Amino acid sequence: MISDLLSVTVLIGILASGIRLATPYLYAAIGETFGQKSGVLNLGVEGQMLLGSFAAFYVTFKTGNLWLGLLTAMLVGALMGLAMAYVTVNLHAQQGISGIGFYLFGLGMSELLFQSLMGSVETIQGFPKVHIPFLSDIPGIGEIFFSQNALVYGAYLLVPLAWFVLNKTTLGLKIRAVGENPDAADSLGVSVARVRYFTIILGGTLSGIAGASLSIALLNVFQQGMTSGQGFIAVALVYFGAWRPVGVLGGALLFSLVNSLQLWIQVLGIPIPSDIAVMMPYVLTILVLVATVSRVRAPSALSKPFERED
Amino acid sequence: MTEANTLPSGRTRLDRLEMRGITKRFPGVLASDHVDFDVQAGEVHALLGENGAGKSTLMKILYGLYHPDEGQILLNGQPVTIASPTDSIRLGIGMIHQHFMLVPTLTVAENVALGLPSSRGALTDLDRVSKRILELAEIYSLKIDPSAYVWQLSVGQQQRVEIIKALYRGAALLILDEPTAVLTPQEVDELFVIMRQMTRDGHGLVFISHKLHEVVEISNRITVLRDGRKIGTRPTSEITKQDLANWMVGREVSFAPDRGDVKCAEARLQLENVACGSDRGTPGLRGVSLELCSGEILGIAGVSGNGQRELAEAITGLRKVTSGKVLLEGRDITGLTPAEITDRMLSYIPEERMRDGMIKDFSVAENMILREHTKMPYSRSGLLNLREISRHADELIAQFHVKTPSHDTLAKNLSGGNIQKVVLAREIFRTPRVIIAAQPTRGLDIGATEYVREQLLEQRRKGVAVMLISEDLDEILALSDRIAVLYEGQVMDIVPREDATPERLGLLMAGVHPEESAPVVK
Repeated sequence: MISDLLSVTVLIGILASGIRLATPYLYAAIGETFGQKSGVLNLGVEGQMLLGSFAAFYVTFKTGNLWLGLLTAMLVGALMGLAMAYVTVNLHAQQGISGIGFYLFGLGMSELLFQSLMGSVETIQGFPKVHIPFLSDIPGIGEIFFSQNALVYGAYLLVPLAWFVLNKTTLGLKIRAVGENPDAADSLGVSVARVRYFTIILGGTLSGIAGASLSIALLNVFQQGMTSGQGFIAVALVYFGAWRPVGVLGGALLFSLVNSLQLWIQVLGIPIPSDIAVMMPYVLTILVLVATVSRVRAPSALSKPFERED
Repeated sequence: MTEANTLPSGRTRLDRLEMRGITKRFPGVLASDHVDFDVQAGEVHALLGENGAGKSTLMKILYGLYHPDEGQILLNGQPVTIASPTDSIRLGIGMIHQHFMLVPTLTVAENVALGLPSSRGALTDLDRVSKRILELAEIYSLKIDPSAYVWQLSVGQQQRVEIIKALYRGAALLILDEPTAVLTPQEVDELFVIMRQMTRDGHGLVFISHKLHEVVEISNRITVLRDGRKIGTRPTSEITKQDLANWMVGREVSFAPDRGDVKCAEARLQLENVACGSDRGTPGLRGVSLELCSGEILGIAGVSGNGQRELAEAITGLRKVTSGKVLLEGRDITGLTPAEITDRMLSYIPEERMRDGMIKDFSVAENMILREHTKMPYSRSGLLNLREISRHADELIAQFHVKTPSHDTLAKNLSGGNIQKVVLAREIFRTPRVIIAAQPTRGLDIGATEYVREQLLEQRRKGVAVMLISEDLDEILALSDRIAVLYEGQVMDIVPREDATPERLGLLMAGVHPEESAPVVK
């Protein structure tokens, strides 16, 4: 039975869905990376994803326009980010606690809206596979990497883009400085508040896309609590990736491949209790965090509210 | 190369800056009380005063970090409004903060470029920034590598980055807020060379300090502040150090503490060929052998980063000793935990008092029992005896003259001098056999410095063995019975105080044996 896993078709299947399943992790964790780099810990990612997920699905379901659905998810995420930014930057809230508040808000709100606006589980036609001439036709490689939908490609493009913004632009320089020594940035006329507003709203927007990628690109359905902890794993991935987009990519792939593996184990009926299989990515989260958390230093000002005056 | 009106950096000079009747109130405190102050191009104007005298407040107003309640600022006779650092930078005022405003994880060039528009729009132009940094470094003789990360730099180098940062932004007038507090004597000399060149070139400098000899050495004029009020302004040539000190403190100050006789009875602490690593992964100590006697102060001199921190941490068990032995009263304590070592009556006054010496968010009373909190009478079977802890704190507060509203006040709300008194009280009250004091007066004002030194001498008189690790050569010379000089993790030499001169120590600190001409090669 285990040997079923080793056939070429199944391996390609595992890899292809692993690549695909990394999508929500990537959007959410890259967004969170921006926030944390600027010194803000956003634990509300899961809530932002849930609302984004619902918004994307509902608008797509009603209008039939996937892009409009995606845009709505981004807006909803951005608004959640805006609220989070106000609470953390202006009100100097404890970020760990306020993040949990935003998570619960997103969880409850998405359920409420689902119940009152839809009531039953529906399905839609999600983002279609994009066929890339030549690349998609390579045997194996084409099936694994180049027969995915637009949001999947977008997630992977985001990685070098995020690296570029963080390391090669004046904005990235400000973000890194604000996360390490906001007093220094402030003394040079950099607005700590403005930078953090930007990164938190960007993070919210990307979390919105992460949610949308689940409901209108990967699973094409909305269910209550459908993100099932992926937003929290995304936060963990930022630590795992040592606050580097490439590291986040590595972590996201690791988790999605394990996830994909356990899905295939269930599909193939391999006699491992499904509860154990489903648990695998989460157990991995804990193990990986234990193994890596002390390895690199977090941004010095992470989760510390900034106030001038001494 | 300089035209009459232009600075070497290319910016026009600021002939005169004047602050008139500046008043600033904080809740319960009049931090600045109708203070007049001015600085002109080509001069160093020293601002002198004890901690809390209002020096920093005045300068933060000038830099736009605080807003005055009353008074005005005039630039070349024209009133100006300085609402934020952005304004002051635009007007040509730069500030070197006492706590450097640098981002350690960024490079020098990135720190300089931060917050400035880039010639490439949204993209950084670090190559051009680096080029300009090197130009400025050349003009002002500031050696600096633009691609180095700030965390890799020594304190002196970081200060140069701060100066470059200000010059890069076109500062004509530079405020240096206690720039020498963290520097070694050599670094201070280097800074003074730079400062002299800058004034020759037409920059105006404000030099904040409470070290009298430095103020007398570098400044053209001196203004003394006390309790937020200006006591007066005088040309430096017309005033003596003793006058200044009395002016500043408001009473007679003694400069030469009474030492008393040496009586070395027994070796309390012995280091035999001790080696250990450093935070950077390089060797910290490379075979240090020392003996510390009862009733003596052994001074440890050296340029910052030559193993002083590692020495203190190796002895106190905070750093793993990789080879060699540490003996406390004849017993091997190598490899014991810090708690086991301090239990053998070794006290430690750490260099970073805010980080290693206390817990900022704990009250004064709690900080005073940090070492002994598991012992009677402060706790019994794991329960704290709060009444006894408070009583103990009140006793120490009185005995050590700690200025604090109460024993419940959080440590972080005390001044630097009083924080050090809390540490000192905790470490001395337990009647230790050995005291390791690392930079015990760094950053303290004259009054507190005098007090700490008196206490160390008092301990010595009681027969305690005191190791004084300090980068302040004057302090080492004033207090020590013998002086060991550390250089690259080794003891260059141990000199009796009678034979120690600043010149001889200076050479040793640079790695040169006076009888040799060439530096020691490793």
